[in-house]
Amino acid sequence: MTFWILAPLMVAAALGILVVRKAVHAALLLAVVMISLAFLYAVLDAPFLFAVQIIVYTGAILMLFLFVMMLIGVDASDSVVETIRGQRAMAIVLGLVFGTVLVVGIGQVTFGAVVGLDEANAGGNVPAIANILFSRYVFAFEATSALLITAVLGAMVLAHRERLTPKATQADLAAQRLRDYADHGKHLGPLPSPGVYARHNAVDTPALLPDGTAAESSVSRVLAARGTVRSAPARAEDIVDVRRQLGVPDSQPESAGKSGATASTEEDEK
Amino acid sequence: MSQYVVLSAILFTIGCVGVLTRRNAIVVFMCVELMLNASNLAFVAFARQHGNLDGQITAFFVMVVAAAEVVIGLAIIMTIFRTRRSASVDDASLLKY
Amino acid sequence: MNLLSHSVLLSAEGGTHIPVVAPDTGAGGVFDLLWLVIALPLLGAVVLLAVAPLLQGSLKASADKHGHLVGTAAALASFVLSLVLFVALLGRDAESRQVGQHLWTWFETGSLSVGMDLLYDQLAALFLLLITGVGSLIHVYAIGYMEHDPRRRRFFGYLNLFVAAMLTLILSANFVGLFLGWEGVGLASYLLIGFWQHKHSAAAAAKKAFVINRVGDIGLSLAIALMFATFGTTDFGGVSELTGGADQGTLNALGLLLLLGACGKSAQVPLQAWLLDAMEGPTPVSALIHAATMVTAGVYLVVRSNFVFELAPVAQTAVVVVATVTLLWGAIIGCAKDDIKKALAGSTMSQIGYMMLAAGLGPVGYPFAIFHLLTHGFFKANMFLGAGSVMHGMDDDVDMRHYGALNKAMPVTFLTFAMGYLAIIGFPGFSGFWSKDRIIESALADNLLVGVLAMLGAGITGFYMTRLMLMTFFTPGPDGKGRWGKDVHPHESPKVMTVPLMVLAALSVLGGVLLVGDWIVTWLEPVTGTAEHHEPPLPAIVITLLITLVVATGVAAAWFLVGRREVSREAPADVSFATRAARADLYGDAINDAVVVGPGASLVGGLTTFDRVGVDGTIEGGSAAMGGLSRTLRRLQNGFVRSYALSLLAGALLVVLALLAVNLG
Repeated sequence: MTFWILAPLMVAAALGILVVRKAVHAALLLAVVMISLAFLYAVLDAPFLFAVQIIVYTGAILMLFLFVMMLIGVDASDSVVETIRGQRAMAIVLGLVFGTVLVVGIGQVTFGAVVGLDEANAGGNVPAIANILFSRYVFAFEATSALLITAVLGAMVLAHRERLTPKATQADLAAQRLRDYADHGKHLGPLPSPGVYARHNAVDTPALLPDGTAAESSVSRVLAARGTVRSAPARAEDIVDVRRQLGVPDSQPESAGKSGATASTEEDEK
Repeated sequence: MSQYVVLSAILFTIGCVGVLTRRNAIVVFMCVELMLNASNLAFVAFARQHGNLDGQITAFFVMVVAAAEVVIGLAIIMTIFRTRRSASVDDASLLKY
Repeated sequence: MNLLSHSVLLSAEGGTHIPVVAPDTGAGGVFDLLWLVIALPLLGAVVLLAVAPLLQGSLKASADKHGHLVGTAAALASFVLSLVLFVALLGRDAESRQVGQHLWTWFETGSLSVGMDLLYDQLAALFLLLITGVGSLIHVYAIGYMEHDPRRRRFFGYLNLFVAAMLTLILSANFVGLFLGWEGVGLASYLLIGFWQHKHSAAAAAKKAFVINRVGDIGLSLAIALMFATFGTTDFGGVSELTGGADQGTLNALGLLLLLGACGKSAQVPLQAWLLDAMEGPTPVSALIHAATMVTAGVYLVVRSNFVFELAPVAQTAVVVVATVTLLWGAIIGCAKDDIKKALAGSTMSQIGYMMLAAGLGPVGYPFAIFHLLTHGFFKANMFLGAGSVMHGMDDDVDMRHYGALNKAMPVTFLTFAMGYLAIIGFPGFSGFWSKDRIIESALADNLLVGVLAMLGAGITGFYMTRLMLMTFFTPGPDGKGRWGKDVHPHESPKVMTVPLMVLAALSVLGGVLLVGDWIVTWLEPVTGTAEHHEPPLPAIVITLLITLVVATGVAAAWFLVGRREVSREAPADVSFATRAARADLYGDAINDAVVVGPGASLVGGLTTFDRVGVDGTIEGGSAAMGGLSRTLRRLQNGFVRSYALSLLAGALLVVLALLAVNLG
């Protein structure tokens, strides 16, 4: 019964992996298949593998997939256009033929009566597996340990990035900063904080200079690139208000304040 | 009994086609995992069929090997992505005639 | 003779004794210095050819200036040692005159062990004296002859190398060592013929001599291989012991192969063509190598291999035939040549034919072959050096038609040359008379036709030598002087050249003393075996008179045809066919071209074409087809891993289908 519920689900999820465009979706569909598989293991009298399937596969391996996906970009998705001519058609045809042959072949085979694992699992599945694993398969078991160690080392070597230049110390950074100032006149001190003299002190609001213009270097470049910086000129009327309250003559033309109005955002429009 | 094996065959075939059609290296890897899982299902089913635990042990070893393989494979994908800014298997096609 | 019983086997055939070579190796005394005979000239060659070029500055200059003295001293020292050895050998009992010396084991492979062994016996002793004696005289002569040549040191180095190689050839106690010397003299001959390599003709002649000699060397090397295959050894001793029990066919093959080798080295028909061209070398070389010593190596080989030829009647007959043809061939060529050296070369060929003839007659002839070889060595070296002296005085002109009436201009040369002339034509009492007379006598006793032909050869010898003599030293031109050009001032050569001439002239006259009391026959008997006595068809004195008569006829013919007429400066063109043929070396080169060179060139051309079209075409066509196929198939390797995976799946599908077909089918 469980099988007939899970099997169509698994096939559907697996087919989904073939068609979905986003890798994250594929990973989630794979998780569905794996968890269903775990249940099938349970049905097939393999409680140990049931646990291992969930812990190792779904828990560890799939998580690893998701981590790597995060590292190289969640948005990365396949384009629909097939680059190799005839590859997709051939793959589907060959796949269909292969699957048909397998299914038909298996259909031709007559399986005997199911022996069942009641006898083998008599003392509990896990002790039984442990019995075999540490007796008959102990050498293979030890070999897998070597394999895992090798895999760990391999992953470390592959992921390791060689440092080509010595790490800059604080003194180096200070000297570099002074050199920049001497050569290009780059500002020596820390950048201004956002929101100073502005109506808001949020990080996306640039600080205002004494003449009322926005100090663009006070907002993070990332925010500027994303276009989510609140426009200082949009608050220009506040400055006029303040001036009026203080009785300061309107020495600067209005346009000077407007000149910084380059980064208007749709967020502000909303 | 044979329904498990048939399911295993179908999943394996779908994994195959996935490997052949998908270009994102991570998805290709997932399809490989799907194929491994399909074979595991057959092993477990046959273990029950024959009434001993050898099939389960083999499935267990397959999992271990798959884990090691995934670790290395994903590390390679990472390395390629770092230098080429792409995770498409078709982009790494310089090794040819 | 009975004293030699331990070293002489009684052959089954005709009661002929075939001696076994069994040297007494623990000789001791002066015989321990045997190796020095070879080593001295070899050292001279090494010093002159290898050490001197390494010197620098004034040392080099002095080496170039005095190098000839080193070379001459080496040859003279070798001669003195040979003389001492000869005296020591004379002092020994007749049965212990075979002295062996083992220097070192040359190489040892499988069952073949070849030692650097020397054998000094009666035969080698005579050769040693001839080579070092005449060689030394020619060294001395060459000091004068090559005085103005800038490469005199090198010339003497080559001469020393030749002497060392020739002595190796003579002294070696096995055929492999003999072959070493054989090739060594071939090399020296090549280097010396082409000594004036700037002349195209000299370079070509050297190459021709080298190539034709290779043909003969193939014969000799095959003979050595056959010897090893048959007897398992190449020592003279070992082979001579075993020939008695060998198959007659094998021995005939062995004898014919040895004869082929001898033909190449001794310029016998059909390998005679190189000797006339070899006259391009400096005259001392022609005298030493191409008259007195090297060309007689073939005779030495046949005499030394008597234990083979005695039991190989076919090969022995072949030797006689080749010799008879050659002695006439050379004599006819000598009649028509105007080049004095080529006329003498034809004569050399003819005289070696006499020696070969004697050697082909068996034990009867061996001593006379060697006897004639020695006397010929004296008188022919004498005449060649005399010719060189004439050329020296005539600005290196070799055309006898430009000579004439030189008897007054060069009295010493004339007189010494005349001694050689009288010796070669066989004037009674002179050395050539004794040696040639005995050969013809033995030939007549053996076979009437061969004997008559040999006698005819003697008549022709009388003709061409008289012609040469008359054209060179008599027959003045219309004005009573010679026919030479305006700028030529014939003069006598310096003492250093004339003294060797005098010595050789004396030897030419007195060479006959070796035959006193049949000394040389007795002396060589332990080496060549004893002969059964054949009664000649006529009494010996009648034969001698007959030969003298034939020679006198030849001389008279020359006198009437050349001496009584005007000799023109240009060779007359309207001559008989026979003269034209003789001028063209009896078409020896044409025959070689037609029989060997032409077909060989065609064969090589055909093979080259086959190689280019057939073999190369197949190989290159195959590789081109493979390349084309690969260029097409490499498209499959497109770099896309998914394409490869598709192929993988197709392969897996095939496997599954095959499994199903096998299990369900």
